[in-house]
Amino acid sequence: MNTIDLIGAKVIEQAIESRKKKDGDNFAEIPDFRPGDTVNVAVRVVEGEKERIQNYKGIVISRRGAGVGQTFLVRKISNGVGVERIFPLFSPMIQSIAVMRKGNVRRAKLYYLRGMSERKIRQKTK
Amino acid sequence: MKAAILGKKLGMTSFFKEDGVQLPCTVVEAGPCPVVQLKTKETDGYSAIQVGFGKRKKNRTNKPLEGHFKKNNVDPTQNLKEFRDLPAENIVENKLTIEQFKKGDKVKVSGTSIGRGFQGVVKRHHFSGVGMTTHGQSDRQRHPGSIGASSYPSRVIKGIRMAGRMGGKTSSVRNIEVIEIIPDRNLILLKGSIPGSKNSLVEIVIN
Repeated sequence: MNTIDLIGAKVIEQAIESRKKKDGDNFAEIPDFRPGDTVNVAVRVVEGEKERIQNYKGIVISRRGAGVGQTFLVRKISNGVGVERIFPLFSPMIQSIAVMRKGNVRRAKLYYLRGMSERKIRQKTK
Repeated sequence: MKAAILGKKLGMTSFFKEDGVQLPCTVVEAGPCPVVQLKTKETDGYSAIQVGFGKRKKNRTNKPLEGHFKKNNVDPTQNLKEFRDLPAENIVENKLTIEQFKKGDKVKVSGTSIGRGFQGVVKRHHFSGVGMTTHGQSDRQRHPGSIGASSYPSRVIKGIRMAGRMGGKTSSVRNIEVIEIIPDRNLILLKGSIPGSKNSLVEIVIN
């Protein structure tokens, strides 16, 4: 293992530690999930002094990177407008990632879902 | 406080701050740098600390160098560098170590930038190129354009920026934040990028 990977592993460890400290019993491990899965990401939102949890639910359409830099892209339709958000997988700002529904897709990047209706998306990720 | 050290750039990775912000960071293996010579105003005309960094093979060390290292009982090092007017308090056990720095310090990092070879003006000097493929030209997109006037002055003015060798020169970046220090492995994490390729020698300084 080279030093850069070692540092990366250490940063991941630190991020998990900081989540454990913050959440205590509510701490949730990062689950296995793939593009096509519907996930609910609980994100910490800091408003002034206070911190609260905001849920962001949608379909994972891409995962990229390796080590600390890993990210995933979640797409959802909010009030008729498509919204896409990129999360760093190991970010301490994520409280939990919950897999709501397993998808069955043949591609690693589901960018073709962008123009589709919700019904079509459901068929495609069955 | 003044501080200085030599190091080897190892590469880049990510770092999460306490508040969840993700930062790009460069990992540098810095020190420990043994002090090879103490130069003083009386004997040398200026005061400086000469330090070494990295291992030098015995068969690559010539006799004069060997003698120079022997004077201060130091194993021969790959690199030698002087830091001027560095206070003697920075030396711990005849070495400059990473402990001189702390989290949050703003440092200046110098190194040799990555050599890019012979490059045109667009890459080398950020010219925008002549540009168009219409109006009778189709082959001058990345050219410099005019380099001066005609019969007066009948020559090209000195210092006009043109194509040529790019990179491979000493380059410095100031105000780089120290994100983290790992003393047991002599590692220092710096925010953002620094000059040089991987495994190149860099100088980290607080002035």
